[in-house]
Amino acid sequence: MNRPVLLSVLVLFLLILPWFSGPYVLSVATLILYYAYTGQAWNVMMGFAGQLSLGHSLYVGVGAYVAGGIFYHWGIGPWAGIWAAILLCTLLGLLIGFLAFRFGISGVYFALLTIAFAEFTRIGFDHIEPLGGPAGLFLKVAQRDSIDLLNFRGPPAMYYYAMLFLAVLALVFCKFLITSKAGYYWQAIRENEEAAQALGINSFRWKMLAIAISSGMTAIAGVFFAFYYNNLFPEQIFNISRSIEIILGPIIGGVGTLFGPILGAAVLTLLSDGITEGLAALGWDAPGIKQVFYGVVLLAVVMFLPNGIWPALAKRMGIAR
Amino acid sequence: MILLEVGALSKSFRGLTAVANATFEVRAGEIVALIGPNGAGKTTCFNMIAGVFAPDSGTILFQGSPIQNLRPDQVCAAGIGRTFQIVKPFAGLSVLDNVIVGALNKERSVSSARVFSRSILKKLNLDEKAGLPASSLTLPDRKRLEVARALATRPKLLLLDEVMAGLRPTECDEMVGVFRGLNRAEGLTILLIEHVMRAVMALAREIVVLHHGEIIGRGAPAAVVRESAVLECYLGEETVV
Repeated sequence: MNRPVLLSVLVLFLLILPWFSGPYVLSVATLILYYAYTGQAWNVMMGFAGQLSLGHSLYVGVGAYVAGGIFYHWGIGPWAGIWAAILLCTLLGLLIGFLAFRFGISGVYFALLTIAFAEFTRIGFDHIEPLGGPAGLFLKVAQRDSIDLLNFRGPPAMYYYAMLFLAVLALVFCKFLITSKAGYYWQAIRENEEAAQALGINSFRWKMLAIAISSGMTAIAGVFFAFYYNNLFPEQIFNISRSIEIILGPIIGGVGTLFGPILGAAVLTLLSDGITEGLAALGWDAPGIKQVFYGVVLLAVVMFLPNGIWPALAKRMGIAR
Repeated sequence: MILLEVGALSKSFRGLTAVANATFEVRAGEIVALIGPNGAGKTTCFNMIAGVFAPDSGTILFQGSPIQNLRPDQVCAAGIGRTFQIVKPFAGLSVLDNVIVGALNKERSVSSARVFSRSILKKLNLDEKAGLPASSLTLPDRKRLEVARALATRPKLLLLDEVMAGLRPTECDEMVGVFRGLNRAEGLTILLIEHVMRAVMALAREIVVLHHGEIIGRGAPAAVVRESAVLECYLGEETVV
């Protein structure tokens, strides 16, 4: 089977999924698509341009709080808030990028900078009283039976379709990016920055573009998060473990590939929920046992498929990645 | 017409003088070789021309305008292509994609860059390896890839840093043929650092000899290799060329 056929079958399956699945399956599917989307956004920076961000929870959090706050205080739905969220997160990304790239900070030091920004934003939001501070921000709970598109309120299937749309859009957008001039330049910078510069590439400018796109994309995921979960806590949303969750998908699936983030998100989410279900069925409930299983599987993937699952799978299926 | 004019160029690293008061020029359409023993300051000279670091003093004029304060990407955009002595391929990309990155310097679209890149790979006999990852190439092929990538930026002046090192004599002659062809057919000006005298003698119209950062000899190849100072410091008494 070639790639277009495979993709069409997958998209068709995802389109009709809500018709025959219950709320639990739908929530898991929504979560998979959410991580596929955020993984894709993170992949633009790390997979394409080689800039390791360990602080993408910053953009999710700021995006969520901006759109959530606008809705909470003024009752204006996410269609306005999303632009404010994208703008602010892109500016934040550009600020971090400027500080790092202008002064030649790269590699793990850049990663530390991204963590630092996420961390002090977390602490900062604890002190913003209009947004609830540490007690959290609660959006008016959704009417689950009617669809209110203007305020993005509706049944789980609406959120599912919204996330599916975003995930597909991100895939198409990233496909466009990686085959464009920007994609070539980013990969050149990722592989060898000095050689890239010698070929006329202004690496500062192109790295700034990568972080701007990545942070802006992630902001949209934050807006979704706010209206899907309806409650935001700085302690949770800016937590570094949220950033790690975002990057695990593409790492397991295949950094720098287009389908890696999607596959990785599916594998990890199904694994996590599968372990929970499996342990419950077996009646084992020792504390931390889920994390142990999860860790062992991650370890196995990293050991045996160091480039991720997708490149190995694509090779076996005989399709170009 | 003088294409590149290096005037009283100096650079020292923590008190160690790498290049001292170097002055030379490269005329458009010429091939000039920069030779000298290891540590003479040849690569430092190159790096200053290519914008990797700024000189302590002196000027570098390219087509009449100063370039000594430009960044590497600006120097490339101005029309100077370079190769690295220690090859720096984009290992994870295919050979063709490596060259496309260079071609995008002047080409507007990725598709036109691809077409142009294929023609360059053909010139360097790399077209059969276009689809392979650059990491799988042998050293001679990696050297060719360095040259292909630099050529893809459509330079007016090409800086070659020891591209013959590690090549077998036949491969070396083949490479010499490529550069001669480019020089004759397209008027490409070349400044090369080279230890392989076989290539230097076959290519260069003029030789500049550096020693301890200073220029100790200049002129036509046949004359320079007989100068006693050059023989003493670099080629040795019993030179075969």
